[in-house]
Amino acid sequence: MSAALEVQALAKGFTLHLQGGIGFQVLKSEALAVMPGECVALTGPSGAGKSTLMRCLQGNYGADAGRIMLAHRGGLTDLAAADARLVREIRRETLGYVSQFLRVIPRVSARDVVAEPLIDRGMAPEAARERATALLTRLNLPPRLHGLPPATFSGGEQQRVNLARGFAPDYPILLLDEPTASLDAANREVVIGLIHEAKARGAALVGIFHDIEVRDRVADRFHEILPLEDAA
Amino acid sequence: MSAPLLEAANLQLRFGAVRALDGVDIEIFPGEVVAIVGESGSGKSTLLRVLAGNMDADAGTVLYRDAGGEAHDIHALSEAGRRKLMRSDWGFVHQNARDGLRMGISAGGNVGERLMAAGDRNYAHIRAEAADWMARVEMDPARIDEPPKNFSGGMQQRLQIARCLVTNPRLVFMDEPTGGLDVSVQARLLDLIRGLVSQLGLAVFFVTHDIAAARLLAHRIVVMRHGRIVEEGLADRVLDDPRHAYTQLLVSSVLAA
Repeated sequence: MSAALEVQALAKGFTLHLQGGIGFQVLKSEALAVMPGECVALTGPSGAGKSTLMRCLQGNYGADAGRIMLAHRGGLTDLAAADARLVREIRRETLGYVSQFLRVIPRVSARDVVAEPLIDRGMAPEAARERATALLTRLNLPPRLHGLPPATFSGGEQQRVNLARGFAPDYPILLLDEPTASLDAANREVVIGLIHEAKARGAALVGIFHDIEVRDRVADRFHEILPLEDAA
Repeated sequence: MSAPLLEAANLQLRFGAVRALDGVDIEIFPGEVVAIVGESGSGKSTLLRVLAGNMDADAGTVLYRDAGGEAHDIHALSEAGRRKLMRSDWGFVHQNARDGLRMGISAGGNVGERLMAAGDRNYAHIRAEAADWMARVEMDPARIDEPPKNFSGGMQQRLQIARCLVTNPRLVFMDEPTGGLDVSVQARLLDLIRGLVSQLGLAVFFVTHDIAAARLLAHRIVVMRHGRIVEEGLADRVLDDPRHAYTQLLVSSVLAA
């Protein structure tokens, strides 16, 4: 079996032109392979670059060097070299991402926020909304909130909308950035269940979990990221 | 993947000593929303006009591929050919609704006129389509016979969008479509545009200096400065991981609400 996601010699740094052009390196020679059905937890001290790696894996940060090979449309595609259109296609079909915070879109209801990626993948709007409703219900979001835009929701409610949106399409690769950060115990159990189901259907998962109990229950393996020695 | 819908190469344009366009290459694909951002004087509105064939460049080419796959050099087309394209395949939404609407005729007439220009002659059908499009842009179709001056700025802008979209264009140009509107009105308009663009699968070039609008609507962002493209790419990548000094300045200058 071959990896669903393989990071090879990834490097990522930043140059801050507004701060006199100072530069710093965050990732160097980063390597990671994740098999279908496997969940890898990124570990390491705060500031070491876990979130930077996640953002590179999502295509949100551009890599300076190296490759991010993804199993996409039956072949291998290098996300690090993909143009904007290809990244959108990969995100639509292959690569899901649950961020810590929901980016709220004015006037779009929670149900439609969740249904949107399903409709983008070609599901009929009615079926997509049904699936969205089922997931929001499973995550204990009160039905009266399903039709409302999440702008006024609490942090925990917004995170559950975000989780439903990320888990709804059954992506083959799923990135989870602190998926249980603002959840109560009952909802944490639901998320653990969703992660186990995703693994069982063969999804490859990469996550940052500050909640040690959650991490130990879902992760098959840890991948530690250590801070680079100060290059300057 | 499909070929570009519109493709411009090496556009050059000088206004006296100022290089308004300095070697610009840009393309757009079917269904893609591209935001052109930059400060006043960066050349972004000039670029939009040149791409839409409303202004000639000193050098360079703009190719448009029609639904049959045939490529047309926009600036080599006759005036009549360009007008025909504008009516059938393209739409242009101006910053100032007064530039895109005929203020002397009714709301319904404004929308219907585009259909007539595209060849529709059935009055009942034209009126029904106009009413339908008013509803789609969240205007009361009962006001179909009122002139644009009776409507607020935000409603005039929505009417202009209805007029533009009624003929099912493939490519739409928008110049600061939310400029000059109240913030609450802007949000509603942006959301409306976002919904219509994804339902209709439109390709859109829009010029804006509003980074939040670009993030909400655009798939891809092109950053212009001094007539050049300094950075371009996936919208969230350009905004969250800006490389060029000027993009970093633009992104860091946004006030967080």
